[in-house]
Amino acid sequence: MPTETATTLWEVFIRARNGLAHRHVGSVHAADVTLALSAARDVYTRRGEGLSIWVVPSAAITASDPADKDMLFEPAASKIYRHPTFYEVPDEVGNM
Amino acid sequence: MPTTSIAVTETPLVLALLRRADDALVLGHRLSEWTGRAPTLEEELALANLALDLIGQARALYQYAGELSGHDEDQLAYLRDAGAYRNCLLVEQPNGDFSRTIVRHVLYTAFIDPFWRATMTSTDATLAAIAARSEKETAYHLRHAGEWLVRLGDGTDESHHRTQDAVDWLWPYVGELFETDAAEQAMIAAGVVPDPTALRDGWDRTVATLLDRATLHRPKDGWMQTGGRHGVHSEHLGTMLAEMQVLQRTYPGARW
Repeated sequence: MPTETATTLWEVFIRARNGLAHRHVGSVHAADVTLALSAARDVYTRRGEGLSIWVVPSAAITASDPADKDMLFEPAASKIYRHPTFYEVPDEVGNM
Repeated sequence: MPTTSIAVTETPLVLALLRRADDALVLGHRLSEWTGRAPTLEEELALANLALDLIGQARALYQYAGELSGHDEDQLAYLRDAGAYRNCLLVEQPNGDFSRTIVRHVLYTAFIDPFWRATMTSTDATLAAIAARSEKETAYHLRHAGEWLVRLGDGTDESHHRTQDAVDWLWPYVGELFETDAAEQAMIAAGVVPDPTALRDGWDRTVATLLDRATLHRPKDGWMQTGGRHGVHSEHLGTMLAEMQVLQRTYPGARW
């Protein structure tokens, strides 16, 4: 008879440098927030990746429904004027 | 001409370095035995990280001991028999279950972390630098193992009794952490290493606090095991070294 219960899943966010935003890097299983931070440190910062770690219970994240993909994202596809690609950039400006 | 065995001239400084280096290597090797067997992926990486920290500390200490004794770090690790190893008996004890590994690590790091902190002001600049680097690592070791101890002890009935068994089983090995001898006394007097007996009260407090949070009881201090610092080891070290050293002793000087 299985006696194990599922361990809480946590999403891990790491800030690599001052001034950057925390970025989602993956997830870990851990029983509580202290062990989750410890696991995130051990799994995701082994090569000097971070200065700061956030862990968030995966269950706290509200995700968009993949079935709503067309309604949410399709309308943006036909509005190319929202991209800043219609400006003439003078040669003197160089690479932007 | 490659050799399969070395004899080290142990000045008091070399001996003091080997005692610390052998602790770190033996415990690091023990933790590395968890690779592929740990309870979760997260803890697998955590234990491997701890192992690599310890093996890194051992390397730094062996390099320094090697400069003083005319050997290189690999010779010191691979070409000495169990009788020449100077680690304490606690760190060579088999991993057992996860709780025993955690208890062993708490008992050891509650000692070695303050030891390195005190060694940061050593009169020996090389050792002080090694201590400064090692202390950052062992501080995390103590926190990580300590948090697990609390959760295992204050967890389920099963984890509680397994962890209490581990504490009871390993307790006779803690006395050796605080032993000194004439050679060590000379190094203490010279300000090279701290006096371990001065670290005993702090260790008692750290361990008592963690055991209390873990709802575990502290065993009575009874008869204590001893001998590791002079090369008298439990049978477990010989088997461990046989596996660790077989390649260098079968193919002397092999490189890859």
